[in-house]
Amino acid sequence: MNFSCACIATTLASIALVVGGCAEDKKSQPAAKSGASATQTTIVKIGIVAPLTGPQSHIGKDMENAVRLAAEDANAAKISIGGKELQFQVMAEDDQADPKMAPVVAQKLADAKVNAVVGHFNSGTTIPASKIYSDAGIPQISPSATNPKYTEQGFKTAFRVVANDNQQGKVVGEYIARELKSKALAIIDDRTAYGQGVADVVEKSALAAGTKVVAREFTTDKSTDFKAILTKIKSRKPDVIFFGGIDTQAGPMLKQMKGLGITAQYVGADGIQSTELFKLGGEAVEGTLASFPGLPLERMPQGQGFGGKYKAKWNQDVVLYAPQGYDAFNVFIEAMKKAGSTESAKFLPELARIDYNGITGPIRFDDKGDIKDGPITMFKAKGGKWEAVATIGGAAPAAEKK
Amino acid sequence: MDIFLQQLINGITLGSIYALVALGYTMVYGIVGLINFAHGELVMVGALTALSVIQALMAAGLGLPPAAVMAAGLLVAIPLCMLLAYAMERIAYRPLRGAPRLAPLITAIGVSIVLQNVAMLFWGRSYFSFPAVFATTTYSVAGAAVTDLQILIVLLAGALMAGLLAIVHRTRLGLAMRATAENAQVAGLMGVDANRAIVAAFLLGAALAAVAGLMVSAYYGIAHYYMGFMLGLKAFTAAVLGGIGNIAGAMLGGLLLGLIESLGAGYIGDLTGDVLGSNYQDVFAFLVLIVVLTIRPSGLLGERVSERS
Repeated sequence: MNFSCACIATTLASIALVVGGCAEDKKSQPAAKSGASATQTTIVKIGIVAPLTGPQSHIGKDMENAVRLAAEDANAAKISIGGKELQFQVMAEDDQADPKMAPVVAQKLADAKVNAVVGHFNSGTTIPASKIYSDAGIPQISPSATNPKYTEQGFKTAFRVVANDNQQGKVVGEYIARELKSKALAIIDDRTAYGQGVADVVEKSALAAGTKVVAREFTTDKSTDFKAILTKIKSRKPDVIFFGGIDTQAGPMLKQMKGLGITAQYVGADGIQSTELFKLGGEAVEGTLASFPGLPLERMPQGQGFGGKYKAKWNQDVVLYAPQGYDAFNVFIEAMKKAGSTESAKFLPELARIDYNGITGPIRFDDKGDIKDGPITMFKAKGGKWEAVATIGGAAPAAEKK
Repeated sequence: MDIFLQQLINGITLGSIYALVALGYTMVYGIVGLINFAHGELVMVGALTALSVIQALMAAGLGLPPAAVMAAGLLVAIPLCMLLAYAMERIAYRPLRGAPRLAPLITAIGVSIVLQNVAMLFWGRSYFSFPAVFATTTYSVAGAAVTDLQILIVLLAGALMAGLLAIVHRTRLGLAMRATAENAQVAGLMGVDANRAIVAAFLLGAALAAVAGLMVSAYYGIAHYYMGFMLGLKAFTAAVLGGIGNIAGAMLGGLLLGLIESLGAGYIGDLTGDVLGSNYQDVFAFLVLIVVLTIRPSGLLGERVSERS
């Protein structure tokens, strides 16, 4: 049946391609004419790719909303380079969180000659897509892909504005060992590039800090039945359960844990640190710990202002990676301004040595394209909300550390 | 021991749900010899409809008791699924009744794809969380955890199956169904309305599927547009395991499959020294299907062969 879904998806995608292509022609022709005459404008196309449909669409839409907001702000600011005003156009694409779809939509953006890409959301989609952007010379900033492999491939076009899983997993593993004083840790992952990646690092760093790993189980990113895994884990009597995966699985898993009477502390990484988890898991979420590669919105230097602006525009709260998506977009603009050009090849070198103060804090990249000194925050679920309990590392003053 | 008991409890709960769905496959097969692959989608439609109704009622804030809210969900889901099953039979299967066996089988797969995509258009591709209608209480039995929801699922499934057996064996409708299953032509000559008996098999199966849909989404806390596919395949496996066309066989097959899956998933890690993990749970169902088809193609209780049963 997956096959049929894929078929339909491909058909839809190709229809969208045709329709999108037509619409674009219509738009670009008059724009080119007017560009030659009175108001001098340069069209800058920015791609945003995330899962816009499917189980993870709430997170993907959140990123798309942020990028659309950033484009609106940038167009209102009337930025001009070389005497021409920049006109930002957002091209949103849906990769369905599917590694097979990611190169397809990436190629579509490359063919449309976008100037830069914000995305993708998942590590599993970001990694295969990054090769296509690299070949096409299109700079890419992922607001959320945390798997280390993404920037380890040696692509000059690949950047990210979040700490990677090595940084995040290490902090979480140490937190489990030292702060939670875990003696028996059980680990579950969803076998995706992201979930397995972060779970591996947590396992390694918790082991190094003296915790025993009593069970290592797997599920998939489509499963809903975790009873068998959880029952097996229960038999090993863990005091902490770490899950490397996404809220879509974590929600029902927490409910099922409660049903089985498992009382171990549940810990996850950024994939479950969403507001959606409370909807999916209900009361069972209470007390869950989750890390996030960044500061909580209210502790971001300009977080409150952004939260308000986002809500005013979209009539909903920030779900997860909206601030990072907004920043990624603005980092591109900053690099374009510095380079005095909107051409990918020209502003790419500026991107590598950017020093930009975003909503999320200072953004600088190391030579691989990873963010320098990305802070990591531990959150606890309390009364249907995430409450920051500790911030570890980061360029921002470490005063928050408790 | 407590882990064995826990997997046993999980297995029985899952097995009762499989059994309810398997009955739908088996009744239809028994009476028209068709494997209705779209039956799993009825479970999905039932689950999502009940969920939507429950969500709407909760949002309305009428302060109804949980049991009333759940019952309201079922009262909408059951007729809708029955209507859908009727439409399926009338539009897709009846015109093909005399056709070679392969034709209705392919049609069934087509119906399944259509239903899945209609559901996707209607409900979207998102996962729906089952609303917190009631707080489940967990009881501890000899170290294993049992929730009131699990007990409810098993009891309700048992009651429904008893009810179905009563309909099939104690009523005129049941007699007509059995007669049609035996030989539709002869039954017709004796004054049995074969079409009516066939529709009844579809409708009864659909009602059970709707209940199973609500059960499975409440049990796992989640529902989505393609949940019916895997569940349908598993239930089909359960029906084959028990002997397709055989009503008692479907019940036995469902329970057994649930137990095999749970116990298999629970112990495979220990048996293979953690080489294979409990994530191989889904493999067991199909392993069972292969083994049954090779060793005992007619299932544990035997296929219902119309001439000689």
